[in-house]
Amino acid sequence: MSSETKQILTTDGIPLEVSLKKAERKNKIKAFLLVAPLLLFLIITYVFPIGDMLFRSVDDKMVTQMLPKTFKAMETWDGQELPDEEVFAAFHEDFIKLVEDKREGKLSTQLNYTKNGFKSIIKKLRRKSKSFEEGNYKEQIMSVHKRWADVEYWRAIKRRAPEFTGQKYLKGMDMYVNEEGKIVSVEEDRRIHRVLWLRTLEIAFFVTVFCFLMAYPIAHLLATLPMKYSNLLMICVLLPFWTSLLVRTASWMILLQQQGIVNDFFVGIGLVADDNRPEMMYNKTGSYVAMTQILLPFMVLPLYSVMKTISPSLMRAGKSLGGTPFVAFWKVYFPLTIPGIGAGCLLVFILAIGYYITPALVGGASGTLISNQIAFHMKSTLDWSFASAMGLMLLSGVLVIYWLYNKLVGIDNIKLG
Amino acid sequence: MALPKYTEPHYRIWHYIYLTICGAVFFFLIAPLFVIFPLSFNAEEFLSFSDGMKRLDPDAFSLRWYKDMIYGTKNPWGLAAKNSFIIAIFATIGSVILGTVAALGLSSRHMPYKGLIMAVLISPMIVPLIISGVAIFFFMAKAGLAATHTGIVLAHIILGTPFVVITVTATLSGFDHSVTRAAASLGSDPVNTFMKITLPLILPGVISGGLFAFVTSFDEVVVVLFLAGLENTTIPIQMWTGLREQLSPTILAVATCLIILSTLILVTAELLRRRSERLRGINR
Repeated sequence: MSSETKQILTTDGIPLEVSLKKAERKNKIKAFLLVAPLLLFLIITYVFPIGDMLFRSVDDKMVTQMLPKTFKAMETWDGQELPDEEVFAAFHEDFIKLVEDKREGKLSTQLNYTKNGFKSIIKKLRRKSKSFEEGNYKEQIMSVHKRWADVEYWRAIKRRAPEFTGQKYLKGMDMYVNEEGKIVSVEEDRRIHRVLWLRTLEIAFFVTVFCFLMAYPIAHLLATLPMKYSNLLMICVLLPFWTSLLVRTASWMILLQQQGIVNDFFVGIGLVADDNRPEMMYNKTGSYVAMTQILLPFMVLPLYSVMKTISPSLMRAGKSLGGTPFVAFWKVYFPLTIPGIGAGCLLVFILAIGYYITPALVGGASGTLISNQIAFHMKSTLDWSFASAMGLMLLSGVLVIYWLYNKLVGIDNIKLG
Repeated sequence: MALPKYTEPHYRIWHYIYLTICGAVFFFLIAPLFVIFPLSFNAEEFLSFSDGMKRLDPDAFSLRWYKDMIYGTKNPWGLAAKNSFIIAIFATIGSVILGTVAALGLSSRHMPYKGLIMAVLISPMIVPLIISGVAIFFFMAKAGLAATHTGIVLAHIILGTPFVVITVTATLSGFDHSVTRAAASLGSDPVNTFMKITLPLILPGVISGGLFAFVTSFDEVVVVLFLAGLENTTIPIQMWTGLREQLSPTILAVATCLIILSTLILVTAELLRRRSERLRGINR
């Protein structure tokens, strides 16, 4: 007997191990080729564009391209005293070109973002620059307006030199870089974005809580009733689930309006006076009520699928061992449903945090979320880089929850219907 | 759910409270949908029940909003419905093909990096729609597909495939792979095996995934709002515009039709689910 075991060979004389590996690799490639079309499609049309958003959100080439010579000349400027003639001459050259292309308005808007007061002095410079004489631009530009002789404004221009900037992200958090280059918050009454972020979290959190409180009892009922009754009741959960989001929002708009049925009912039972009907729509209440009803099925279904697997004999055993029904529920049943609770809560929270349509229709000014702000910047102000930055901030939050969901529940365990 | 005779009174009371709570929640879930039905037959232009309707006076009911929906002059619903169906059908076909093929690969035990790839394939379902909308808009604008049917169909394929992938992988998890090996040993090539053996067995999963994809596309408004031009208007866009500007009863007529459509889809999906469970031998 040799010290080494003899290699097993296949019929073609190749070692079995090698042959097996080859077959395995072939299978791997086969499986991957099946997934490849969809993966490729999604990477091109979806993953890359999200990467593109990242690029747009930090892209600040606009000013860099408008003032190329100025920034080149500014490289050696230390920012302490006013820049020397070389910078002024370069700025003049860039500026004349911008005026020829009629783009100086864009420059003034962009610079005004960095520091207030650029709009008027650029307008003035355009008028005066026509009669400029050659040479000694420093004197000539400074004589246009006293702000051109203020080193603060030149520092503001220099701050726009980098091609990339994180200022949109700071703006999303209501912060900015001040004159000294420090990151500070805007004045308290202008912190609109922080209010929105907090409100988004608040609404998503409470909608999740409400959904949980309402879904738990009915999921339990559905899981414990005999099949023929539970199937019928399941329709009450599934029909809203399959119905158009806009239809459900429309029905809430009808119910919650001031002359609507809910208000009629409150007046009818004497809860409120007829001439003092509460405003239940176009505010936070509207967002809460409609979002809870719309997202409720997403909580019921995971809870139901977990509860369905819990054997009723466990509760009976708990009771037979001397526990009251409440103790048996709390010590035996409830812990077993925790995976379902985790799945449902995370799903509802993820969906609620990015809600757009329903808050826009029934939320009014006080019930809108961060998504509405993103849509506003995409469609109205056309500040796409800011919309991208806020979208990515929202996305990173969602991805953290998604990762958590994957850890706790597993992506492949998502069940539908 | 009958209580045993020996139940103590305070548990009995608690049990009835529990049933009442459940009843209230079910009411909260389903009742809002039923408000739309009667109001869509309102003879008047208001969105609340008129006195005549409360008395069940036949004159207070009419079909005028349904007529307005179908025959109304410069009414966008015809074009919107046509677009919605065309887009949804093509998006469903695309999602089903791409999603089913990918699910076949994902269910193979040889699949490398399964978790990571699954996470990427499911992501359009998890990422907030507004972000998907912005990203897809940037892509379509660059590719010159904004405000075209093709662009919207592609966008809806992106959003629809996760549902197909999930339902088909779920169906395949109970799939006995020895039948495909048996087919192969009898000389069938992979495509033939798939068409004759695998597909008929996983068909319920494929169809219910397709239904999800169809509903997703048919109901989708956030991404379409970024992509659609005037020519590509869809039912959800028209409803969105209508709900923002003024709530007219015509919208309720449309909404009623949509509820009927979703009921049909729900029934189909339920029948398929039961059939699939029966075929896979899951008896509950």
